[in-house]
Amino acid sequence: MSAPMIEIAGLSVGFTGRGGATLPVLRDIDLTVRPGESLGLVGESGSGKSTLALAAMGYLKRGLRRLGGSARFRGEDMFAKSRTELEAVRGGKLALIPQNSGQSLTPTLRIGAQLGEALRLHAGLPADQHRGRVLDLLGQVRLPDPEAIFDRFPHELSGGQQQRAAIAMALAGAPDALLLDEPTTGLDVTTQAHILELLRDLAAARGMAMVYVSHDLGAIARVCDRVAVMYAGEIVLQGSVRQVLKAPAHPYARGLLASIPRLSDPALPVALGGRPPAPGQAGAGCAFVDRCAIAEPRCRGEHPALAPLPTGDAVRCHFPDRAQMLPIAGQGSASDDTRGDAPVLTLNDLSISYARPGLFDRLLGRDAAAVPTVADVSLTVRRGETLGLVGESGSGKSTILKTVAGLLGAAGGEIRFEDTLLPRVVERRSPDQLRRIQLVFQNPDDSLNPRQTVAEILEQPLKLYFGLSGQALHDRSVAILDRVRLGAHYLDRLPGQLSGGEKQRVAIARAFAAEPDLVLCDEVTSALDVSVQAAVLDLLDDLKRSQGTTYIFVSHDLAVVRALSDRVAVLYQGRLCEIGPSARVYGLPSHPYTEVLLGAVLEPDPDIAPRLTADDVVELAPPARGCAFQRRCPRKLGSICETDTPPWRMGDGGHAVRCHIDLPDLAAVLEPSAG
Amino acid sequence: MLRMLLRRLFLGAVTVVIVSVIIFAGVEILPGDACTAFLEREAQGRLLENCREAQGLNRPAAERYLDWAASALRGDLGVSANGGVSIAELVGNRLKNSLLLAACALGVGVPLAIVLGVVTGLWRDRWIDLLFSTGAIFAMTIPEFVSATVLILVFSVWLGWLPGIVLTSAGAPASEFFPEILLPVIVLAMVMTAHILRMVRSSVIEVMAGDYVQMATLKGVPYWRIVFRHALPNALLPAINVVALTVAWLLGGVVVVEVVFNYPGLGRMMIDAISDRDLPVVQAIALIVATVYVVVNLTADLLTMVLNPRLRTHYMRQR
Amino acid sequence: MTAAPVPARARALSRWGGVLRDVMSRPSGAIGLTLVVFHVVLAIVSPWIVAYDYRAMDATLMLNGPSAAHWLGTDHLGRDVLTRTLMGGREALLVTGIATPIAVAWGGLLGIWFGLVGGRADEVLMRVVDAFLSLPWILKMLVLIVTFGTGIEVLIPTLAFFYGIPVIRIARAATHDVVARDFVSAARARGHGRLTIIRRELLPNVLDTLMVEGAMRWSWMLLAFSSLSFLGFGVSPPTPDWGLMIADARGFMSFAPSGVLAPVVALSSLIIGINLTADALAKALGLDRAQKAPV
Repeated sequence: MSAPMIEIAGLSVGFTGRGGATLPVLRDIDLTVRPGESLGLVGESGSGKSTLALAAMGYLKRGLRRLGGSARFRGEDMFAKSRTELEAVRGGKLALIPQNSGQSLTPTLRIGAQLGEALRLHAGLPADQHRGRVLDLLGQVRLPDPEAIFDRFPHELSGGQQQRAAIAMALAGAPDALLLDEPTTGLDVTTQAHILELLRDLAAARGMAMVYVSHDLGAIARVCDRVAVMYAGEIVLQGSVRQVLKAPAHPYARGLLASIPRLSDPALPVALGGRPPAPGQAGAGCAFVDRCAIAEPRCRGEHPALAPLPTGDAVRCHFPDRAQMLPIAGQGSASDDTRGDAPVLTLNDLSISYARPGLFDRLLGRDAAAVPTVADVSLTVRRGETLGLVGESGSGKSTILKTVAGLLGAAGGEIRFEDTLLPRVVERRSPDQLRRIQLVFQNPDDSLNPRQTVAEILEQPLKLYFGLSGQALHDRSVAILDRVRLGAHYLDRLPGQLSGGEKQRVAIARAFAAEPDLVLCDEVTSALDVSVQAAVLDLLDDLKRSQGTTYIFVSHDLAVVRALSDRVAVLYQGRLCEIGPSARVYGLPSHPYTEVLLGAVLEPDPDIAPRLTADDVVELAPPARGCAFQRRCPRKLGSICETDTPPWRMGDGGHAVRCHIDLPDLAAVLEPSAG
Repeated sequence: MLRMLLRRLFLGAVTVVIVSVIIFAGVEILPGDACTAFLEREAQGRLLENCREAQGLNRPAAERYLDWAASALRGDLGVSANGGVSIAELVGNRLKNSLLLAACALGVGVPLAIVLGVVTGLWRDRWIDLLFSTGAIFAMTIPEFVSATVLILVFSVWLGWLPGIVLTSAGAPASEFFPEILLPVIVLAMVMTAHILRMVRSSVIEVMAGDYVQMATLKGVPYWRIVFRHALPNALLPAINVVALTVAWLLGGVVVVEVVFNYPGLGRMMIDAISDRDLPVVQAIALIVATVYVVVNLTADLLTMVLNPRLRTHYMRQR
Repeated sequence: MTAAPVPARARALSRWGGVLRDVMSRPSGAIGLTLVVFHVVLAIVSPWIVAYDYRAMDATLMLNGPSAAHWLGTDHLGRDVLTRTLMGGREALLVTGIATPIAVAWGGLLGIWFGLVGGRADEVLMRVVDAFLSLPWILKMLVLIVTFGTGIEVLIPTLAFFYGIPVIRIARAATHDVVARDFVSAARARGHGRLTIIRRELLPNVLDTLMVEGAMRWSWMLLAFSSLSFLGFGVSPPTPDWGLMIADARGFMSFAPSGVLAPVVALSSLIIGINLTADALAKALGLDRAQKAPV
């Protein structure tokens, strides 16, 4: 076996808390990465995985300090190096690809200058060869038109292009090892899948070692050979990717896997209750003890060591054999069909335009943009059903929800609620109409007023719609909190004192306090960790069953939509591509865009590879004529797609696909394109 | 880009028009006019009527406003109520002197403020930061007449190093104002430096804690290269607008300093005009100062736009 | 089980209690707040603790240096400098103490309203605000004072009016930040009226900015007030006022420096105290005051 590339031994990192106590963020980490090997670091937010990756470069964020241990790169301790020595290694033989490239590239420097700087510092190349080398690197990360990218500023690139530029910058010093800190988080599914393929290919071609930090087990499954699962600043499980994802020996890893919704499984994922201890809050025993289904008194008193297993894994658990019995796949109930026939909401030819002419435009006699953001959307939501709305960023799914809620005025078409035409803006709607449609937002940090207590938050709809006061108001608030499984003691807390999952429960409780008929959910689980997401999905399903509520559920995550929805509508660039019962939309025949989306989804299973059939180009505006997907379509027929709006092709059970190609042809599987 | 430029120019022009209306209306609602001021005690009966007739003060306010605004556009600011001298002529020298004072204060203050702001930002919470940050609070909060008085006491009365009062006449060439101008420059530069320093410091701290500085560190870029190439071009952009506001303040708000040092600038002229109720002069000065304010801020906005690639593309994308 | 909900008022008070503790835990806040409290208390009690009548002239004691009878000496009319210094902040604190809350209140409410409503009226209002800001403060104030006199019944509304205008802009910008957040959209979608949204959603979140802004406006106002007095357009003699005292004593400062230095120290310490407090308050509330330009 070759010498380790990265070797972390007994590393502990912490910060000084308010009371002066030292609070650990990383506890006694041992980790080895060999040349050419790819290691995944998995964990939920706050588990210390990013801190660990940066510590491998000898870097700690402001306020953190090393409490003990070492981080060696090619045998040399990064924490023992001088500033000059560190500068020589960082970005050279050991390079980082950051989480958010949009913010990690210097905004005032052109891409060419930033890559050139990396070459100047680390490549030892004569200056006159820099430009050629930069263009070469931009080509290697498969950026179209490197010459043009060279002269661009970071903000002029799309998110995927920025990430590729950051990868090219990391490659400039011909690194032996790459550290990747959530490199695809926040990108669209198709972009993410393409970037991961690129990273796989690059690592294989250059024999680089990789440390890949992610909360997304699907991404880890795609690029890593080995995985280390982190929990509360410790490694709790380490082993081969297949072993860890298919037969993990730690209760936390099993719970995490079970809480991930799968594309192949229409059942709801199983939630993992509780939350990890804050730094310094873990007791003498196992850090996971409070959430563990098989915990025993010994787990509370005795801290388990990271012990090797016969399979070659190492696990930090007193009872790894019993842990193996815990479920790892969604065994939650499949969502019942509670649908009635009466339509609750009908959209007819809805179109929405963001552009509004300003004062100056009016003076110059200019009109608003000709192509509306959302156009020609017609759909019906029946009582008791959940309609999923999926699409990538810019697909207009949130815009449609906000229009239904009356926050944005529609430019054309009509919104019908039951039998009545709904006025376009909130100000014109009756109190009863307002009460019966409620909206839950993506990020509870933003949708809950930080200055109001939970009681005040819940009282608003109760006072406004039902005129409650005094004891009745209080009792109802308690009852509503109970419905979202929160105790009455939460009433006098402020949002800042709640966890992310608790905040989203309060936001959901506020919507249900109005006793609505239709609840609009806008990416309600996107800001949450997977284990918390599963709990919120379960809550929504439970409320639907007990209240008979109708949902429109918007998400970019196809697996989440599948788990909750009865019917699904697929949007691209504000145009409806396909709509129908979940099983039909997720099967064949599909609209080419649905096919591309589904092919790009990453499952937490190393044996399932994504099928990439189209480029991940990001379009800024929909085409003025023809099919919205014409520019990226792998099945494009020809000029008809550019000139004519495609017809709706009707399948079984209310399934409809909007395409010039007929359904039998769409059912044929398309071969993935290269690259 | 051109569209944006036009839009800004248009908004700036609208502001100037509104200012001129405010100025005119403000003077209009005051009791008394140019004739009452000119005639003083004798301002009554036929004498007053005749004067008003001669000055055209009997016409409706709107008509007089348009007349005044149109002449101002042509550079004709009217005549002073005291002595009937052309205001443009009176103001010319004073404006030149005020500009001289402003230029000196800026020349000293801006470079000093930027250097100190960067230094205090980079060495945040060290002794050098504590020294200058605390000093800045003192410099920016103590009223100018207080610091001026103390400086005169120390440097002029006790040490006798610098003249404590300006005796040069308004029409003298710039070179004759030295060394008398030094104390007023120091007083103004102190306040200005303090404001710009604080802004630069907090901007530097923010940028140095940002993601792209961390990325540059982890890319192996040497510290000073990070500071000069990655951090400062971003950190100093907001300084442009603060400098612009300071310039406007220098030209309009330095009345007190000019009075303390007997400096023959626009500010002292304004005070004198107000005391004498020389309303045409007050109107003219107000209009000049407001226009300078608008123009300087407009320039700063445009400069920021040109220097900040993010804004530049943002505006170019808007058709 | 059914714990009574904590009344909103009590909770708001406890938050400001925490902010006060935070302010006092910072050196700048502790020093600043002590100075401010000292000056306010002094302004209230000074008539009862001074040794002389502030008007009492004594031709035999003109411009005397410090002595056992007159610790800080006497001025050009033979009045006791210590007495006049101790009482010299009363008028300034009274006027600015009343004008500041008025300025912050009207400017703040107008800014919040137009920040929420927007539209054509907002565009026009902002141009008018710009226009007012483009005129030097001293010109605006002097024109009114010269016309209507220098009594506090003129000074208070004048200061409150002109110093409320920049507050409009600050409050409007802060409101824009809050309006963009989803909890305001949520309140709109529920169907709350604008006044409810302002009272329940906007005001509690803009209040922090307004508090810091208020402290700043107070210090600018004091500066303006004493500058006016210094120029002879403020408090009328024989009322003791620091600005006026400095102006009067300036001519004699070569041989009676204590007559200048005493009001200089008094005025500076008050303004610095307010600014140190504002700095600490901004830090305690998580705002950055240094980003503000001198308007």
